[in-house]
Amino acid sequence: MKASAADRALPLSGGVSRTGGEAENHREKRVMKFNMLLGTAAAVAIAAGAQAQDDFTPSGDEKLTIVSWGGAYSESQDKAYHEPYEEEFGVEILTEDKSANALAGIRSQVEAGNVTWDIVDMLQADALRACDEGLLIEIPHDEWLAEGPDGSPASEDFIEDTLGDCFVPQILYATMFAYNTEAFEGEGPQTIEDIWNCEKFPGTRALEKIPQKNLEWALIADGVPAEEVYDVLATDEGQDQAFASLEALQSQEGCDVIWWSEGAQPPQMLADEEAVIATAFNGRIFNAQVSEDQPFEIIWDKQMFEVDGWVVPVGNEDDLPLIKHYLKWATDTQRLADQAKFISYGPARASSDALVSTHAETGVEMAPHMPTNPENFEKAVRFDTSFWADYGDALEERFTAWLSE
Amino acid sequence: MASEITAGAPPADDPQHRATDNTDSSGRLLSADGTPLRDALRKSQKAARRRAFMLVLPLLLFLCLVFFVPILGMVTTSFLNPEVRDAFPATAEAIAEWDGESLPPEPVFAAIAADIERERALPRQEQKIGTAAQRLNRELPGARSTILRTARDVEEWDPPYREKFLEADEAWGSEELWTLLNRETRVITPAYYLLALDYTYDKQGEIVKKPERQQVYVQKNWFTIWMNVLITGACIVLAYPISYLLATLPARKANLLLILVLLPFWTSLLVRTSAWIVLLQGQGVLNDIFVWLGLVDDRDRLRMIYNAFGTFIAMVHILLPFMVLPLYSVMKTIPPSYLRAAKSLGAHPFRAWWRVYFPLTLPGLGAGCILVFILGIGYYITPALVGGATGIFISNLIADGIQSGGANARLAAALATMLLVGVLVIYWVFNKLVGVDKLKFG
Repeated sequence: MKASAADRALPLSGGVSRTGGEAENHREKRVMKFNMLLGTAAAVAIAAGAQAQDDFTPSGDEKLTIVSWGGAYSESQDKAYHEPYEEEFGVEILTEDKSANALAGIRSQVEAGNVTWDIVDMLQADALRACDEGLLIEIPHDEWLAEGPDGSPASEDFIEDTLGDCFVPQILYATMFAYNTEAFEGEGPQTIEDIWNCEKFPGTRALEKIPQKNLEWALIADGVPAEEVYDVLATDEGQDQAFASLEALQSQEGCDVIWWSEGAQPPQMLADEEAVIATAFNGRIFNAQVSEDQPFEIIWDKQMFEVDGWVVPVGNEDDLPLIKHYLKWATDTQRLADQAKFISYGPARASSDALVSTHAETGVEMAPHMPTNPENFEKAVRFDTSFWADYGDALEERFTAWLSE
Repeated sequence: MASEITAGAPPADDPQHRATDNTDSSGRLLSADGTPLRDALRKSQKAARRRAFMLVLPLLLFLCLVFFVPILGMVTTSFLNPEVRDAFPATAEAIAEWDGESLPPEPVFAAIAADIERERALPRQEQKIGTAAQRLNRELPGARSTILRTARDVEEWDPPYREKFLEADEAWGSEELWTLLNRETRVITPAYYLLALDYTYDKQGEIVKKPERQQVYVQKNWFTIWMNVLITGACIVLAYPISYLLATLPARKANLLLILVLLPFWTSLLVRTSAWIVLLQGQGVLNDIFVWLGLVDDRDRLRMIYNAFGTFIAMVHILLPFMVLPLYSVMKTIPPSYLRAAKSLGAHPFRAWWRVYFPLTLPGLGAGCILVFILGIGYYITPALVGGATGIFISNLIADGIQSGGANARLAAALATMLLVGVLVIYWVFNKLVGVDKLKFG
């Protein structure tokens, strides 16, 4: 989206609304150039800016730079959002796979006063932090985002507590335990307590090398009710209890804990039988099950769900009309449901659930694999991003200390 | 040079020289145009010096720009603490009057309310309150929520503020928060160095050792040093015989061997590290062979990677050429006749080696040790890939801190500064003991 505001404002100010068709597109471009030559572009832009909000339509030669995670996830966004949007509105979408370092990237771009990212895909926890630091534009949800199909405002249609001040959720994903069915004779583990039961289910467990989620599960395994986990974890005694429970898992006869740090590792570890049980992101396990035919089973018990979504870095104010146009379009009920054809992450709108269909390549019915599927969602625990914003530093330090013992 | 001229110039009272026409009245040598030779020489040398300086100038500028300036920046970040003062200037002023006993008086609450209102009226990217809240949260978990949640309501409040703050969040009633606020309004702070040394402030603001379960950094520093001592030791043991072979074999064989040493040296670090993962992992080549040979049980495979052992093996392999090359270059210059002479004079082969050969290799050995040790102590990628949870170095914690930004980046800067000082100290001690000018790097 490097076109100036003037470029985009022209068709609007001339009363031309884009209806598609190459000829018209060309005429718009010609008119635009002509106007630029006259040097009236700036004045036109100002006039248009005032009315440009809701009735904005891209002129067809803008560019949007969208940052995401890469891999299968970016592919699902390409197919569900970017490609149809490019086709319909002629906007060119440039993608960068930099989301893993989104916070640091936005920070340095904003500090340098040179923001090249228009829209960034980010974890809710990082978005909260960036929003606190004033790096992101605040998003008035009901004004910017599409209504639900029944006319309910966006703030009611999105799953509770997923919208943030600067954050529009797209997908909801779960981190949960999964196991290799070949590693157990008879029934595999079904609950968090089973994971901690090394006598009944011996073998190596692979956990992510962060305190987040592991401490919650450690408490749940130790008998703390899921809804009280964060209250307990906020106390010194609760933290001691959580670490003691992790220690108990690690030191038990028959168990062994190994640690992963990249999302691609746990399915690999399960496939190689480096571990028999692993925590993983549900989309990764789904891929292994469906595309690679691996004998994995997901344990839908106390899985922690998190949301991932869009943010807009400050410094993009001039390009806001197009950004808003894209966001409104790409996060409506149908589009969010479309993404679920390509990856097993749940749409963040409640109204999208009914539209979820089958996997685009394999034809597998997606609903049973969705973390938002009511049957799976029943025992889900919400990952509390603001708890971790408060206690993350302290617990991470303690976790590192505990690991290196 | 100038002093040599003076020294070499004949004494002024030498009658023979005073008589010649190329000296002045006080006996100084003169050049052809009548200026004293010393000045003329200095002038011509000045031009040469300027030329030489211009030649090194690009390098000097480059070093300044990409080396000294960033390092200076890093050292500065490690003790700067502007976040809280920037967001709460009025509070900083008001709280200075506070006696530190019981809760601060109403003016302090009024000041913080004013600061919050002023902040919230600013455009988003200029607001500093979120960053300040994160800074305070680093020291007191929960402070972030307390401040940001309260900040949303403040504009609707009227004085007196004290009661309203206490009502909004009970944390405002804790002296711990106020002691912290008071302390963090200082723009220069030792806090990050304290954290880096596993110290912290207690509720009363006294400096105390952290609880043992949260001590991370000192232990990690010692671990890094100890691991690198082991790695350097292993490199010596492995590299010495190889280098000896290289230096004494006939040239054709030696060259082939040298290529075998250099080939891994030229291979990407990532490739070599990944190769070790393939070899050492649970389902890896080595374990498969062990199982096939019946040495270990299939269900009980050896854990040779993602721990300190994995880091050790991979680092020794990667750093080995840095030991071999200086040793080889030194050994190559030792004439074999020395050893033969010692033996023909009756020394036992070991004694001949120990008393004659080994001392001659010391410059190479010293160079190898300092190269391997100092490179190893800052290594980052290899421990990150094969070190798992227990085999990582302090550099990995520094990298994590810089990634997560904010206060953690400052802590990382403090850790990095300490690492830098540590390396300089090691270098200094080494220089005192061995003498860096005696080293031969190949």
